[in-house]
Amino acid sequence: MTGPAPIKFYQTGTLTVGNRLLPVLNQSVQSDPGRSNALNCGHRACQGCGEALGARYALDAAMRATNRKLIVANATGCLEVFSTPYPESSWQVAWLHSLFGNAPAVATGIAAALKVKGKADTRVIAQGGDGGTVDIGFGCLSGMFERNDDVLYICYDNEAYMNTGIQRSSATPPTARTMTTPAIGEEPGNVFGQGKSVPLIAMAHGIPYVATASVADLRDLEHKVEKAMTFHGARYLHLHVPCPLGWGADTAHTIKLARLAIESGLYPIIEAEQGEVVGRRTIRKRVPVEDYLRPQNRFAHLFRPTLDTRRIAEVQAIADRNIRRFGLEGGVQ
Amino acid sequence: MNRPFAITLDPGSSMVNKTGTWRTKLPVYVDRLPPCNNACPAGENIQQWLFLAEEGNYEGAWRVLMRDNPLPACMGRVCYHPCEDCCNRAKVDSAVGIHAVERFLGDEAIKRAWKVTVEAPHSGKHVLVVGAGPSGLSAAYHLTLFGHRVTVYEDGHAAGGMMRFGIPKYRLPREVLDAEVSRIEQMGVTFRFKSRVKDLDETMRSGGFDAAFLAVGAHVAKRAYIPAGDASKILDAVGLLRGMEKGDVPLLGRRVLVYGGGNTAMDVARTAKRLGATDSIVVYRRTREKMPAHDFEVQEAIDEGVQFRWLSTVKSEQSGAFVIEKMVLDDKGKPQPTGELGVIKGDSLILALGQDVDLSFLSHVKGLEVEDGVVKVDTRMMTGAAGVFAGGDMVPAERTVTVAIGHGKKAARHVDAFLRGAAYNPAPKHDLAEFEKLNSWYYTDAPHTVQPMLDAARRQSTFQEVMGGLDESNALFEARRCLSCGNCFECDNCYGVCPDNAVKKLGPGKRYAFDYDYCKGCGMCVEECPCGAIKMEPEKT
Repeated sequence: MTGPAPIKFYQTGTLTVGNRLLPVLNQSVQSDPGRSNALNCGHRACQGCGEALGARYALDAAMRATNRKLIVANATGCLEVFSTPYPESSWQVAWLHSLFGNAPAVATGIAAALKVKGKADTRVIAQGGDGGTVDIGFGCLSGMFERNDDVLYICYDNEAYMNTGIQRSSATPPTARTMTTPAIGEEPGNVFGQGKSVPLIAMAHGIPYVATASVADLRDLEHKVEKAMTFHGARYLHLHVPCPLGWGADTAHTIKLARLAIESGLYPIIEAEQGEVVGRRTIRKRVPVEDYLRPQNRFAHLFRPTLDTRRIAEVQAIADRNIRRFGLEGGVQ
Repeated sequence: MNRPFAITLDPGSSMVNKTGTWRTKLPVYVDRLPPCNNACPAGENIQQWLFLAEEGNYEGAWRVLMRDNPLPACMGRVCYHPCEDCCNRAKVDSAVGIHAVERFLGDEAIKRAWKVTVEAPHSGKHVLVVGAGPSGLSAAYHLTLFGHRVTVYEDGHAAGGMMRFGIPKYRLPREVLDAEVSRIEQMGVTFRFKSRVKDLDETMRSGGFDAAFLAVGAHVAKRAYIPAGDASKILDAVGLLRGMEKGDVPLLGRRVLVYGGGNTAMDVARTAKRLGATDSIVVYRRTREKMPAHDFEVQEAIDEGVQFRWLSTVKSEQSGAFVIEKMVLDDKGKPQPTGELGVIKGDSLILALGQDVDLSFLSHVKGLEVEDGVVKVDTRMMTGAAGVFAGGDMVPAERTVTVAIGHGKKAARHVDAFLRGAAYNPAPKHDLAEFEKLNSWYYTDAPHTVQPMLDAARRQSTFQEVMGGLDESNALFEARRCLSCGNCFECDNCYGVCPDNAVKKLGPGKRYAFDYDYCKGCGMCVEECPCGAIKMEPEKT
């Protein structure tokens, strides 16, 4: 008779980027000194840019999953501008940019050409910010989904048009201050009840794979990119990437804010296949939405000059609904 | 060159854009002092040996431990582990069981017969150590590692001092002590047992010693005048515990009173229980909160059925009964007599009122000063007499085994410097790694592994060891609960979270380096470092 299996315990487990105590096979792409660094140094993103970090996280994982046979089409936006001021480029991956709104269509064309040329083992990613994805490129994106083109689309969501100076997008959360939703009047900041969830819209297309992820959970993000590459057809990954400049946050707090968004329930981490939710990342240490809102100047009017308890409660209600709706309550995943 | 239409420049890498120039603050790797290391009276580098134990390198861990403390198997058992009282993990769930891992490493070393070899060439100097207690053993060990010849004079028949003649077997089995002492002996230390130094000057001269370290301990029991019809009913605790070691089992009777509130009182009350007393009652003049005994020892005594009579002093004895006076605490917390008397039956009374140092052998030493019954030493542990150092219970300090071991190490370093005609200057201490400097999010949730305790019934009647040890799997588990406060444990977080690829990974054991050509100074690596091993500094102008 044998006793209970000894508990495996690895100090920080998979919570840290690497872990010297884990077997090599269980190590993350980012901990590998030979990672692709798809987005290399010298790029002109702001200090503490979540999008630059998220793009490297996602594309390095995709490079490993595809054995570096990868082509990336990029929509206009911060990511394109800061990485590729002519004639320099930070990309260490085959990369091209056309227009703000057509990245999904460009990627569709690349995938079709590869198929014709018999190079279907080379995979295609299209990527853009929330502006290029949820607003300007949305028609092309829906078309790409509907045709089930063999492309993984990655949206780096920093919740506004940051490149042009912080204008509201349909991914901007309620009460957030942007240049087009100023913190003035009866209801300062962005309104409640507008905007859209593109992950849910993508699911409604019934495409093979849809997932949300965050720069605060690297292992989950890498796992999802790798998993997405096991499917053919249209796939969608929505990645939460805090923007210190646009959110009015400390440049050191990018990952911390992304983490608080998850732990408060405001940013649900889920995955779906053929339109059905198949996985969720449960909350590890739940926090009130206030903890997430308070360090960001775009929500300063909720706290100063007086505490706006009513609207904070409304934001809390959104988090509570997410937790209920996606079953986020619980311990470690 | 032949370029496509409207293209005037060759494509280039963004690497030409040195974004490091944007920076106003820069991150710097630091080592901070973990609270455990800071609290250890023996100056152990606990974080470092746990780091090695985490990867299963127990011998490496033991060797790091042995740099500071030659008695890990003993210390893992008897140390009061001040390291655990300030462990940052206590703020996450509960403190790391450092003593349990230390004990496991010490026991592994005994089991696998790991040895320490002396690398230093022989210095030609000869050092006298007086007393083979923890402090003397520690000094002898470290002095031998420095290359000096060491002879230890010991009054008793074996080495260990209070670890043998004061601490009962159920807390420290003698096989463990013997194994660790013999390892020191095998390094070349000469022991002279039953050799009491009567006149230090004379012994130094005749033996040709170049320096001396005194560590005779405090073995003279303090007495209280208690008029008694039968004086044989009153014994002293140190004498009793020492006699036990020699095989003299005292006749205590069924009902034993212990007078005092220190750890020795607990030891002797628990020993009385094991010797067959039905009632073992501690009489103490103050309250439990004011007791000098460590709380866990009081708790273990209570678990074993030892009773307590708080706020009481013993006045006299007459025909099998002791007169007790009730005390009250005044506003300063001092006990004051009330005049209210009571009687408590008892077959014997054991006095555990503290110990004094026997200083008679030092009466001729010039320059050596005594104050409040203990020997005065300077910051080097040197007495007023040049070349004569002292440590352990005979100098002013907290009287614990670990403090004594620390004294031995510290004195050995200064003795070595003295013999070489130099000064020993310890490296400045790092800043403390407070909990606020850590990012505890990254540590996996894990409960404290509780050492199996012998069930109470069993330990009341035998001298078998009370605390069990960890086995390999749970020792590893326990070691991995360490947060590695203030010291990089190579988790790759800085390497991963940098949006600018400005951190270079240098390979196992070599940690990381910043690439200041590209680091923009966002501070994310500092914020996301679990153990607080990076700090931000203003950019140099």
